[in-house]
Amino acid sequence: MSFTTKDVVLKEDRPKTLLLQKHSDYLASYGLNKDDYEYCMTEYLRMSGIYWSLTAMELMGQSSRMPKEDIIEFITQCQDSESGGISASIGHDPHILYTLSAVQVLAMYDRLDAVDIEGIVRYIVSLQQEDGSFYGDKWGEIDTRFSFCAVMCLSLLQRLDAIDINKTVEFVLSCMNFDGGFGSKPGSESHAGLIYCCVGTLSICKRMDALHADELAWWLCERQLPSGGLNGRPEKLPDLCYSWWVMSSLSMLNRIHWVDKKSLEEFILACQDNETGGFSDRPGDITDPFHTLFGLAGLSLLGNTSIKPVNPTYCMPQETIDRLKLKPQILQI
Amino acid sequence: MSDCGDSDVLWIPYKERPEWSDVTPVPEDDGPNPVVVIAHSEKFEDVYDYFRAVLQSNEKSERVLHLTKDALELNPANYTVWQYRRDLLKHLNTDLRTELDYVEAVIKNSPKNYQVWHHRRVLVEWLQDPTMELELTGDALLQDPKNYHAWQHRQWAIKTFGLYEKELDFVDNLITDDVRNNSAWNQRYFVVNNNLGWSDLICQQEVCYTLEKINFVKNNESAWNYLRGLLIHDKRGLSGNAVITSFCEELYKNKCRSPFLLAFIIDVCEDAIKKKDTNCFHNADRAVELCQALATRYDKIRSKYWNYLCERYKKYQSEQLSNDNKTNDLIIDE
Ligand SMILES: [Zn+2]
Repeated sequence: MSFTTKDVVLKEDRPKTLLLQKHSDYLASYGLNKDDYEYCMTEYLRMSGIYWSLTAMELMGQSSRMPKEDIIEFITQCQDSESGGISASIGHDPHILYTLSAVQVLAMYDRLDAVDIEGIVRYIVSLQQEDGSFYGDKWGEIDTRFSFCAVMCLSLLQRLDAIDINKTVEFVLSCMNFDGGFGSKPGSESHAGLIYCCVGTLSICKRMDALHADELAWWLCERQLPSGGLNGRPEKLPDLCYSWWVMSSLSMLNRIHWVDKKSLEEFILACQDNETGGFSDRPGDITDPFHTLFGLAGLSLLGNTSIKPVNPTYCMPQETIDRLKLKPQILQI
Repeated sequence: MSDCGDSDVLWIPYKERPEWSDVTPVPEDDGPNPVVVIAHSEKFEDVYDYFRAVLQSNEKSERVLHLTKDALELNPANYTVWQYRRDLLKHLNTDLRTELDYVEAVIKNSPKNYQVWHHRRVLVEWLQDPTMELELTGDALLQDPKNYHAWQHRQWAIKTFGLYEKELDFVDNLITDDVRNNSAWNQRYFVVNNNLGWSDLICQQEVCYTLEKINFVKNNESAWNYLRGLLIHDKRGLSGNAVITSFCEELYKNKCRSPFLLAFIIDVCEDAIKKKDTNCFHNADRAVELCQALATRYDKIRSKYWNYLCERYKKYQSEQLSNDNKTNDLIIDE
């Protein structure tokens, strides 16, 4: 009983090579199927959907297959002139998650001029609380995800000076747990996705020195299961998106070589669907743009040269980050 | 993907309801890829077309409160609908107790949804009444003992309203059910840290509790991590507590080779080295030996990590050696 692990078994007939063309076709047609049930179901997160698809396409060098001008027009229509924030879809309420997605998309297109930047800055500043944390929207949910959204968004706009960085960092550090990991709030369980958000915040704020790097990196490496896949918390099943949260965190910690790259790559490739294209959370499940981006980005971090280099902090093409002259911190060993 | 409205035979679309004839539905704005085919779930489309319409006209009425219910049943993740519903509740002065019942039902159906839990929290804040929260989250955790949202809400309620009293019993039950439940171990830390405090007595109690659980299942990451975590608060540190070190050596002697045990002994060695308090069990040689065993045999998938640690201890060994030599030189010189 003591050595059983929750994990999956990779089948012999699984995809073993990268099906780039299939993924590009999958994403190019995804937005077109407005008759899909998924399409109307996903209206509430459309802005993030655009970010996932466009970034994946950029990493494959296929972004010309996305309707650039329509997307930019859509984003401008999603900005709320009153608060300055951006919503997931036209007529929805602004939220920091979708504000970030929109800014990331515009940054990749080099079209940040299309929105009211001062409005966005004002919106994000308005969400910071006394203790340094951030609300996600006017309703006051607090989460370390929102701290990351705030600093990522402002840094892309070259306006990091608009918020109290010390307090931002202080709040994130108050969410550090006894195992070296981070959760959503002080005391919340360590979770690989939230670790990515917290490490990412420190990377942008250049405060990586505050981490217990070896301990945290070991916890992250412990997420790797015999199948090669990574889970997000102890005793959970592996999930492709966690290969991104864990690996990007390890990259920022400069310790990505601690995971077993070969078996992880096999797991990621096994999450492809060789008929529909796209990646899913686990081998054999239905694919979606979210996991497709993180599959490709993960392979990029593992050094796959048929995909463009991805920046581990921003989850955007490195060329975009270079063009914006951003230098998120990577810990020096 | 099936249409969630199919089973509902009594459903009358809004466009056919006489009491809604004064509202003109607003279809989804096309956004990117303006391709015209819109033939998805008719019910979904109908409800959301009317929701968009009332959003535009900013109508705040009982019928809209009902409409948001239908919209949320179709997609409980739509944060705009929840926000509008809260505006309505305030505006209409709705009885928040019935709303609590309603949101409880939604949580039962979609326990992994951010918005529902957030709505719950706002209601509890408005009412300043947390009496139902422990039971509600307890039920959700019965279904899924690792539900992150339920744990967050529970911690919030406990912290905000000081509901610590029976929490350690609750945690103990969960750990008894599944000794590997990392969320429950985290909650244990939360309670001790925020309420009991890490006095010598509590530390010792927690050590005993944890060792007992490790004895039951040795290869349990959560329990070993908890042990490490609580020792942050024990002034004797990792290497200074004889109960723990002899427990570990006993396991080792009895051929337990769980990677977590070996990793823990390495940490004990590290602590002893730092404190210049090494002994025949806990020293750099032992750390090197254990790192090598992990890298080559017991935890091969993380061999890179173990090799990295191993090199650190080897470096330390060679430094020690050269220091010793220097000391010897001095003696000879004399
Ligand atoms: Zn996933």
